[in-house]
Amino acid sequence: MAQPSVYRSAGFDFSNQIRNNFLAEKGLPLPKATSTGTTIVGCLFKDGIVLGADTRATEGDIVADKNCEKIHYITESIRCCGAGTAADTEFTTALISSNMELHSLQGGRKPRVVTAMTMLKQMLFRYQGQIGAALVLGGVDSTGPHLFTIHPHGSTDKLPYVTMGSGSLAAMAVFEDGWKANMERQEALDLIIAAISAGIFNDLGSGSNVDACIITADHTEMLRNIEMPNQRVQKERDYKFRRGTTAWTKEDVRKLIVEEQITTLTTGDEMDTS
Amino acid sequence: MPDTLSLSQSQPQQHAFNPYTENGGTILAIAGADFSVIAGDTRQSEGYNIQTRYAPKVFRLTDKAVLAVNGFAADGNMFVKKVRQRLEWYRHAHAKDMPIRAIARLIQTMLYSRRFFPYYVYNILGGIEEDGTGAVYSFDPVGSYEREACRAAGAAQSLVQPFLDNQIYFKNQTPAPGTSFPRHLPLSTVLSLVIDSFTSATERHIEVGDGLEIYVVLAKNSPSIQGLRDVRGVSELTSTDDGERVFVVRRELKKD
Repeated sequence: MAQPSVYRSAGFDFSNQIRNNFLAEKGLPLPKATSTGTTIVGCLFKDGIVLGADTRATEGDIVADKNCEKIHYITESIRCCGAGTAADTEFTTALISSNMELHSLQGGRKPRVVTAMTMLKQMLFRYQGQIGAALVLGGVDSTGPHLFTIHPHGSTDKLPYVTMGSGSLAAMAVFEDGWKANMERQEALDLIIAAISAGIFNDLGSGSNVDACIITADHTEMLRNIEMPNQRVQKERDYKFRRGTTAWTKEDVRKLIVEEQITTLTTGDEMDTS
Repeated sequence: MPDTLSLSQSQPQQHAFNPYTENGGTILAIAGADFSVIAGDTRQSEGYNIQTRYAPKVFRLTDKAVLAVNGFAADGNMFVKKVRQRLEWYRHAHAKDMPIRAIARLIQTMLYSRRFFPYYVYNILGGIEEDGTGAVYSFDPVGSYEREACRAAGAAQSLVQPFLDNQIYFKNQTPAPGTSFPRHLPLSTVLSLVIDSFTSATERHIEVGDGLEIYVVLAKNSPSIQGLRDVRGVSELTSTDDGERVFVVRRELKKD
């Protein structure tokens, strides 16, 4: 009798496709991941790169996290904003960050932005868009400042100002209005804040606070919650419940402290521990 | 180049057109002993876009009835327009305002008349009954209705209704020994609960926010007017001198 091959054939494995389609048809679709309907931006200025992000994470139309971090660490002078499936952006940036560290150790040089960009795009292309990560990658290396967008299928762009996520149109409108070449540090930061704010207030998938990150040749400054324009208002009432509000059917009190009786059996030749 | 001859001979193509859309937002109403509170946020959205930050969803029909509509905004506005037209005809024929339980039955027949091309809206009618008690009637899009003490509908219904069940009906709460929960809450408490419902829904639901309109309908000579005494941003909308009184409280909600 012919044995089935112990080797996997080359290329993609679609053996679960029929099963998954059948399950979806029976009303058991694949689980929906937390998607960060997001506004993320980046822009080039005189001395480097400024990155920006909002802090809302959503599950459908429910806010899952009001203050999440979307600017991820790649290396000291390379950072990456993530939009799309939260888990995918977190794990891909963490993996590439790890590989970038090993890469720079191997070569004994400061890592380059194109290296991170190439690693990210090759990984995303390998997964054919199944990894739902839309990224804005920015940083400064020996060849100067660089800013990229990376799409889930692996295509990249290199531009002086970029936006991504569901709030990308609102943010890009601000950039198209206000971006200039060779801006000062503060000017660029103000533009980033205005672009993220446009996303926060005009796109329902974005909200809460503004995060920013300024990367220059010799310093990286992470500005977490640089603006907090959406603080919760004071509640009108106090919702404290009286002790005994919850009904119960059985009471069972158990002692957590174990009481034990210790009886020493003296034989007369124990070790002297004094 | 595409073959135009074969295109004209090909099978008829069907295009699906969906006349409905969902415009987000949330409404709620709570009935008291001699008052009724009907509220809604003012954001109107489609997908991830805000169409307007001020589109009222709550409408004064008469001095004793207020209607809140939520769902497809175009249908909602048209429906309110048609209800108001029927109430005007009634006033011309009978020289008085239609009682709220009659308005509720009218809304049922109007909704059911469109059974197979429905108004895509959830209605909540609040006001004062002929016996002077506070009333809330809630409807489904095709006219099934019920009189209740409180009801939330719309995008954040699943967030607000359990809160109301707990705080209005005292569900899942046991009273202190020898006491019992009140059947009706005072106006000031109800207003606080409504405001907290909307600020909380705004925190966790992306389609709720921008503004809040709270309508308060008081029975004739109701002492509950005390509850409106030191409320910020209240204005009166009553049209007659000696009957039920209608007030509106307007508040800002978060805009993100």
